[in-house]
Amino acid sequence: MADPKRREFITKLAQGAALACSGGMVWGYLLSQQAKASPTAIRPPGALPEADFNARCIKCGQCVVACPYDTLRLAAPGENGAIGTPVFTPRDVPCYMCEDIPCMQACPTGALSEELKDIDDSRMGLAIIDIENCLSWQGLRCEICYRDCPIKDKAISIENHPRKISKHAFFVPLVHSDACTGCGVCEKACPTDEAAIRVLPAKLVQGEIGKHYRLGWKFDTEITQDFKPGEEEDAPAVPSGLDYLNEGTL
Amino acid sequence: MSINRREFLKSSVAASAAAAVGMPIARNAVAAAKAAEADWQWDKGVCRFCGTGCGIMIATKDGKIVATKGDPDAPVNKGLNCIKGYFNGKILYGKDRLTQPLLRMTDGKFDKNGKFEPVTWEQAFDEMEKQFRRAYGELGPTGIGVFGSGQYTVQEGYVAAKLLKAGFRSNNIDPNARHCMASAVVGFFQVFGIDEPSGNYDDIERTDAAVLWGANMAEMHPILWSRIADRRLTHDKMKVVNLTTYRNMSSDLADLEIIFKPQTDLAIQNYILREIVKRDAVDWDFVNKHCVFATGPVDIGYGMRNTDKYAFESEKDIQAKENSAVLDKYEAVAMRRKEGDVMEMKHTKAPLAHWTIDYEEFKRGVEPYTLDFVAELSKGDPDESLDDFKKKLQELAEIYIEQGRKVVSFWTMGFNQHQRGSWVNENMYAIHLLLNKQTSPGSTAYSLTGQPSACGTAREVGTFAHRLPADTVVMLKPHRENAEKLWKLPTGTVNPKVGSHITKLMRDLEDGSVKFAWVQVNNPFQATANANHWIKAAREMDNFIVVSDPYPGISAKVADLILPSSMIFEKWGAYGNAERRTQMWRQQVAAPGQARSDVWQMLEFSKRFKYKDVWGELKVPGLKAEGFEDGKLPDVSAAAKAMGYTGEESLYEVLFATADNKKFAWPDDVSKGHGNQTAELLGDGWFPEKALFEEYAAFGRGHGHDLAPFDMYMRDDVRGLKWPVVDGKETEYRFVEGEDPYVKEGQGVAFYGPALKAIPAGNLDGVTDQTKTKHTDKAKIFFRPYAAPVEQPDANYPFWLVTGRVLEHWHSGTMTRRVPELNRAVPTAQIFMHPADAEAQGLARNDVVWIESRRGKIKSIVETQGRNTMPKGSVMVPWFDESVFINKVTLDATCPMSKETDFKKCAVKVYKA
Repeated sequence: MADPKRREFITKLAQGAALACSGGMVWGYLLSQQAKASPTAIRPPGALPEADFNARCIKCGQCVVACPYDTLRLAAPGENGAIGTPVFTPRDVPCYMCEDIPCMQACPTGALSEELKDIDDSRMGLAIIDIENCLSWQGLRCEICYRDCPIKDKAISIENHPRKISKHAFFVPLVHSDACTGCGVCEKACPTDEAAIRVLPAKLVQGEIGKHYRLGWKFDTEITQDFKPGEEEDAPAVPSGLDYLNEGTL
Repeated sequence: MSINRREFLKSSVAASAAAAVGMPIARNAVAAAKAAEADWQWDKGVCRFCGTGCGIMIATKDGKIVATKGDPDAPVNKGLNCIKGYFNGKILYGKDRLTQPLLRMTDGKFDKNGKFEPVTWEQAFDEMEKQFRRAYGELGPTGIGVFGSGQYTVQEGYVAAKLLKAGFRSNNIDPNARHCMASAVVGFFQVFGIDEPSGNYDDIERTDAAVLWGANMAEMHPILWSRIADRRLTHDKMKVVNLTTYRNMSSDLADLEIIFKPQTDLAIQNYILREIVKRDAVDWDFVNKHCVFATGPVDIGYGMRNTDKYAFESEKDIQAKENSAVLDKYEAVAMRRKEGDVMEMKHTKAPLAHWTIDYEEFKRGVEPYTLDFVAELSKGDPDESLDDFKKKLQELAEIYIEQGRKVVSFWTMGFNQHQRGSWVNENMYAIHLLLNKQTSPGSTAYSLTGQPSACGTAREVGTFAHRLPADTVVMLKPHRENAEKLWKLPTGTVNPKVGSHITKLMRDLEDGSVKFAWVQVNNPFQATANANHWIKAAREMDNFIVVSDPYPGISAKVADLILPSSMIFEKWGAYGNAERRTQMWRQQVAAPGQARSDVWQMLEFSKRFKYKDVWGELKVPGLKAEGFEDGKLPDVSAAAKAMGYTGEESLYEVLFATADNKKFAWPDDVSKGHGNQTAELLGDGWFPEKALFEEYAAFGRGHGHDLAPFDMYMRDDVRGLKWPVVDGKETEYRFVEGEDPYVKEGQGVAFYGPALKAIPAGNLDGVTDQTKTKHTDKAKIFFRPYAAPVEQPDANYPFWLVTGRVLEHWHSGTMTRRVPELNRAVPTAQIFMHPADAEAQGLARNDVVWIESRRGKIKSIVETQGRNTMPKGSVMVPWFDESVFINKVTLDATCPMSKETDFKKCAVKVYKA
């Protein structure tokens, strides 16, 4: 566990270094440039949406000081995340998901929102798997990410599939966004040279099924017994399709 | 909690946004989203698209479809959908949905050369009636026609067929299903005497081999393909074979891929038959007990016109072959004749004739189809070695013949759209029957179908030029009389002369013998081969074309009157899929604006005619039938009066709103509160979709086509039922004792289909004994030789052209191209070609090219990669894209027996535009 004094010092040093190198004017310029959006920054638990977070965060470093694992640090110039705002790099130090959420408790401005009551509800990012380089997806019995996951079987589960080229089944890890907090323990633990599972902001990696569709086997429905028909709609004043029908030849 | 739609959308966006950006999810927003979903009203339905027949569940709110899901209780798809199924709910809401009738007008009056302007339904029907009476008055029942559909609901098809056949006494109704599975139908009737597959989709999970013949199931039957893929992955013995003229996505999973030259599937089948004979692999117990051998004439033409009067100059050389053709070296061997012999096409008028032969003759027929001969003829990839190809053919024969291996052969358009489509269907059954691999679970020849109700409506209801409901036909007196009895009409009402098939209806428009046509639930002016002729006929001849459609497509564009139509979930309906499963749905939402259901349109139109308008003598050129004066339908007024009619009744009252039908009252508890625009707009208190279904079902009950009562299909716990449904029990496997109630105890197997059982006897060359012998309960094993395609690549037109579909789009794209996501996925139809062919023509990928045949030319974009890999010498163009109007290029040759167009082979050149 790091000495808080030392961490405070390092934090101040980072801020000071930036000032020393760039001067106050440039510091302000950098802030204005970087505060717009940092799409790939991984923020502490409870961070507001990126734009709101940047507006609220006063770069005081309190959260970094409060972090007992040295996970959090302040972004350096040129790095993703506005300079001086808290970020972390899971491959170096992941978030260990303290139950009392000290970083959030330390935040004086609400940039790390107090609405976060349970660390399992935090969404720092989302783990994604490079299935070409994930050993388990190739059929090796690794599954370290699964076993290390602090909410194993919820955030990461294992599915078995037949493996066409031998008689051995696959044990493939799958990440579930409804549970993954983005803590990055998996990324830290991944045994490949470059992590085959890594955390990115969910917005960068997550698709969305059309709002007009539900997965049949996941979404229970029953046939409505006392159906209420809706209103009929009038025809539009100008019929559609006339341009196509009246113009051009075949 | 009450939350309106706008708030719901806001809260559901907020909920997903919160989840995505790292905020703890705002619990009240989630709760609001869930509460809004709780308001949704769910009901069961069926996918609008292919013949697989996947079940879907539909959610509505405030008169709009807000969501769908795959129905987890549907046995076909168990909750899954393909990407077209996923978008079912969105097809209703395209931006250019037609919502008012549109008539070509100048100065407020109909003018064939005018511009489309909105009119009221009253005005639309007024003009339509006037034009109908003009054509009908001048030309009689053959002067009018309906382009029908395999996408009709059961009820729509029944109303259309009855209006034409019982009302206007015309057989000029034919569906786009003619282009889809007519060859399969000929196969079923000639082999089994009754239509449609005997097995069901569960054969997939019970088989050891799936052999695809001209069926790219990976794209065209995506959900069935995922069942085959699962079987392949989980059953060690399972093999998948893909026989095709180019590499498609179904090859990705195949153990064996056989690329053959167009039309040579006939030769490959005969090679397998020869192997069965040579290896003495025939199951004689089965064959002796349940089969006879048969064949038919070979000089049957190519389904083209026998005159060049209407041919473009450049197509006359091909058209001439309709009358006589010179046998090439392969045909000469295949038909035991000499190369260069001229074959006069003497049986173009009677291609369906057939007779029994003995086994020795059958053996003599297949004898020329040696491995060497067939391999040389049929190898389709010039880059493959002959030896490799031979090994593949041997492996294929082995898969069929191997003792104890169950095999299912699947096919669709590669077989059916074929100049000898009926023959390839019949050869397939011959292979399965000889081996006794036809009637047991997991072993069968399985004709898949393309459209959602090609089986349920086009075939079962009989919306063809020759059919009546439940496998009855207009040519047979007892069948006509049965229909007349059930319809409570006098004998002699139904016209015994077969009407025009769908391609002939186009030809009739061109030669002026049809002057009024009504297009329903299809887009024939985009879908019919050799389209330049038909576009011109529609626009330049003296005729009146009505197109009922929800969206403007090419057919609407060439029409004179456009009627805006309700779409699938805006009406009550039923579809029947390729495993005999009839599935029904309720109306979920009202149609937009003035759009109306096809049933309503036809019923309203029928009100405009009195019974006496049609009960007099009517001329029918060429009519020749026992009990009829040549060229005439009799005056039936006296008989009708004796039955209590006055003649003043409208056709609506005589045919549809009958006393019996009015007993089915609307509203009905089975609706569970759902609306019925058709019934409500008619306003006379009956439930047309239920009454007409029950009336129709009477044709098949007790005749092997038993349908369950309407209400049974609507039950919450029913997801369609496979006919025959007898005593509430559906039939899994037909023709098998213990499964099929029509097979008697002790029979084991009975091919009880009643049609075409009594035939003469002869040899390979013709009939030798005209005495008709009845082969009750037996199937026929046909010998059908190889015949060369009528048009083949040459120096001027060096490439084979094959057309087809893509997974993302349905048919001519009028629905799927309105879904922005599907349109974005496949925005245009490309021409797939081999990179070396492209290079040789000085072309590169993405170049714009002309594709030209004897009949027309169009532009497309070159694709040398992508989902289809062409062998050298072949190109493929999908047909969904009206701006790549490939049917201007294709050839309108058909199987002479089924009249189904061969869209899979003609000759083209490709050059830089």
